[in-house]
Amino acid sequence: MITYLEAIREAQSEALEKDPRVYIYGQDIGNFGGAFKATKNLAQRFPGRVLDSPISEDAMMGSAIGAAMQGMRPIVEMQFADFSTVGFNQIVNQAATLFWRSGVSCPITVRLPSGGTPGSGPFHSQSLEAIYAHYPGLIILTPATVEDAYSMLLEAVAIEDPVIFCEHKYLYYHLKAPSLPKEALPVGKARIARAGRDATVVTYSAMVHEALAAADELATEGWEIEVIDLRSIKPLDTDTVLASVARTGRILAVGEAWPWGGVTAEVLARVATEGFNLLDAPPMRLNSKDTPVPFHPNLWGTHRPTARTISLALRELLRA
Amino acid sequence: MTGMLPLSEAPYAAGRTSDFSETYRRAYRWMLLARVAEEKIASLYRGGKITGGVFVGRGQEAISVATGIALRDGDIFAPLIRDQAGRLAFGESLLDFTLTYLGARSGPMRGRDGNVHRGRPKEGLLPMISHLGAMGSVVNGMLLAHRFQGKKHTVGAVSLGDGATSTGAFHEFINQAAVEKLPLVLVITNNQFAYSTPTNRQFVCADLVDKAIGYGVTGHSVDGTDLAACLQTIGGAVQTARDGGGPQFVVATSLRLAGHGEHDDSHYIPPQLKETHLGRDCLSVAEEHILSQKWADATTVEAWHRDSHTQVEEAVAHSLREAAPDPAREDWCALSSRHLQEGPELHPPLKY
Repeated sequence: MITYLEAIREAQSEALEKDPRVYIYGQDIGNFGGAFKATKNLAQRFPGRVLDSPISEDAMMGSAIGAAMQGMRPIVEMQFADFSTVGFNQIVNQAATLFWRSGVSCPITVRLPSGGTPGSGPFHSQSLEAIYAHYPGLIILTPATVEDAYSMLLEAVAIEDPVIFCEHKYLYYHLKAPSLPKEALPVGKARIARAGRDATVVTYSAMVHEALAAADELATEGWEIEVIDLRSIKPLDTDTVLASVARTGRILAVGEAWPWGGVTAEVLARVATEGFNLLDAPPMRLNSKDTPVPFHPNLWGTHRPTARTISLALRELLRA
Repeated sequence: MTGMLPLSEAPYAAGRTSDFSETYRRAYRWMLLARVAEEKIASLYRGGKITGGVFVGRGQEAISVATGIALRDGDIFAPLIRDQAGRLAFGESLLDFTLTYLGARSGPMRGRDGNVHRGRPKEGLLPMISHLGAMGSVVNGMLLAHRFQGKKHTVGAVSLGDGATSTGAFHEFINQAAVEKLPLVLVITNNQFAYSTPTNRQFVCADLVDKAIGYGVTGHSVDGTDLAACLQTIGGAVQTARDGGGPQFVVATSLRLAGHGEHDDSHYIPPQLKETHLGRDCLSVAEEHILSQKWADATTVEAWHRDSHTQVEEAVAHSLREAAPDPAREDWCALSSRHLQEGPELHPPLKY
């Protein structure tokens, strides 16, 4: 069995192996192998290509952009997604605007260990996909499975544009698969994680598994819930979402990130504007609470959506 | 012709001449051309012909040209807003300047960005973003790429003002360059004001060059009003970096002889400061030096002035004839992977 984290390490190893333009840059990623061991043994296997950076997220990003402009394929590991805000300026103003302004592409991959785990607190738990998706010029990937963590990371490195790769820390060790995939859906295509006819849950990343558990629970009551894993939130596969809503007539958008704006708001805006006539009930959404992410597991477990709260929301949606 | 001139073919290229007077003359002519070009654009701005801001390098052309002229093919240059002289010396064509200021579709930024935000990254000239200090780490990354690719003896130069030294990005990139021992030359022009803010509200160290030791890099100070000193100090710093001496930290001192932009009358600059050594106009000082050293006679210098005006008038006339960008022909795609651009249904083609 291979874990989600091992899939990320394997994809990086393969990228380094196959493409001499690839190098990895981040804090503690060299001999130490990274805070989560996502680069374990890679510095030894690829000398000079897995580099420890100073604690300088702005300079980490800026240098990756410069190297990409000169033909390299940098992978930047942010130790936690939360710290990428220190490099935010370089990502959204330098990397995201470069191709549009100058015609020179910026093939960088920024790995953001994202999302909450018990005890991680306000500054090691954030889900920042929406704020990056707001900016033109960036591609935002949110893999929910071991297979996608592997194939989408390889694809991220191959893409000519800046990719924000939101890998979920909760899935690092929890999620296992028998083997790595030989083929994958392309970036930009959503996946129907579970087929159903009564209601659609649109979600991504770790929330896919909470939604699947909720669908299991409702199945015992006779409801068939369709679960869509967006995989990439920018571009967002509106067609797959609308086709599902056409079948079910009901939609619940779920995200671990904060409620204001964001992915769930975007999904529902598109359904409301482009598929209003498909709806049999008002669209619903479920996000974390609008507070910083709490430290204590008791609070954290209530702060974010879970299978239990998704089930409750679905029952309400099905009654509407 | 637009784009970058091969440095060896640029009319006043420094080349590898050992004749200092020849380098000085070439540098002066780039400074003069930059001054004339910027005065022309400022005049067009006052006549309402320019969209957006105009930012000139009056008073710091000597520093800028000394940076640009010390670089060569394969090097990297990240100029800032007052680097017209250095851009020209590095090989940027005058047309890139006029086409961008006039918003022509045929300019390097195609109307998508303007004025000083122009460059040709493939040719080593970076288009600055407005966030000060942000270009330094990009140059670091380009130099790291050169290291990965086995390109030796290239140099990256970054131009900044005194205000940028207060940013976090500044600290991060100079430290990063030091850690990686990169051939980075940082040229800080302390022109006494960041927009309207005087240096005593920007920092309290006795001299900005004192920061160099804290980063473990070599510091240099130079009188930015003195072209000879700039050529020697900045040229020397570039050569040291090229020879493997690691990052070089140059602080050049001058006074901004203009507003922050042409919209700004700079009333906050005390008149008495303009009467000090700092307030000397480096272009006049250089011209007097050429005449006093008999490196050129007055007739020749006069001919250089006429030639600069002719070049600028031709570039402006050509650029004014160029088409403006057309929104109906714009592809509105921010990605080079066009198939991943968010759906066209969000922004249907405009109908006219």
